[in-house]
Amino acid sequence: MIGPSLHAYLAISALLFALGFLGVLIRRNTLVVFMCLELMLVASTLALVTFSRFNGTMDGNVFVFFILTVAAAEVAVGLAIIVALFRKRHTIQVDELNSLKN
Amino acid sequence: MAQLLFNLFAVFTLVTAAGVVLNKNVVNAAMCLLLTLVGVAGLFVALNAYLLAFILLLVYAGAVVALFLFIIMLLDTKGDQRPGLKHLSLIARAIALALVAGGVVSFFVRSRLPEPSLGATPALGAELKLYAYQLFTTYLLPVQVIGFLLLIAMLGVIVLSKKFDGLEDIK
Repeated sequence: MIGPSLHAYLAISALLFALGFLGVLIRRNTLVVFMCLELMLVASTLALVTFSRFNGTMDGNVFVFFILTVAAAEVAVGLAIIVALFRKRHTIQVDELNSLKN
Repeated sequence: MAQLLFNLFAVFTLVTAAGVVLNKNVVNAAMCLLLTLVGVAGLFVALNAYLLAFILLLVYAGAVVALFLFIIMLLDTKGDQRPGLKHLSLIARAIALALVAGGVVSFFVRSRLPEPSLGATPALGAELKLYAYQLFTTYLLPVQVIGFLLLIAMLGVIVLSKKFDGLEDIK
């Protein structure tokens, strides 16, 4: 089977990670920033699965298993924090959440 | 055939990921995130990790994106208002763009990775039995820790989202 190379998968993973990072930097809405964090997480899992496949090992796949579990827990807690924040401050724009500043 | 599917899913993933970043509307961004996850699951299938693709769709696309949508509707937020560009941030953007471009170019031009042939390496990720074997032998302790982590996360979410009478002074 002639498939795509290791290079191609890693390039996709890197570009996906870069896009997520860009989103974290330029977006002002906390929810969208959180979604971009998820993008970065998924990009790293793609790299892990790629290396696991090309090396013929199982460890990367099992690690992705754990990453997905932790990500689910992280999303639940993060969204609960965002809801609590909205209750207190009535905004989730990053610029306006500056009560620690002065 | 494999190359064609890979190209299709790769382009689909990257375009929808750009949609997550660039969309002004939060609901549209969440929908783009859903499509990105479908694309990544397709890439997982191309890598013979069928179980992981299934779990990615089930957990991420099923639960996480639905949770995001619930919160978006609950909070009823407005989209981004872009602040005007300052002089310093323009310079910073130019430098950051140059650094990213340099990194991408050097990745494609100078990187030296081995090119293992996929036919020779066994696709271990395709076998369900191996996952179970690994999870219950080598990774038994992490499985227990993850279970505990999920319990703590559940308790944390309950504490965070519930209103306690005595705790109003904690701000």
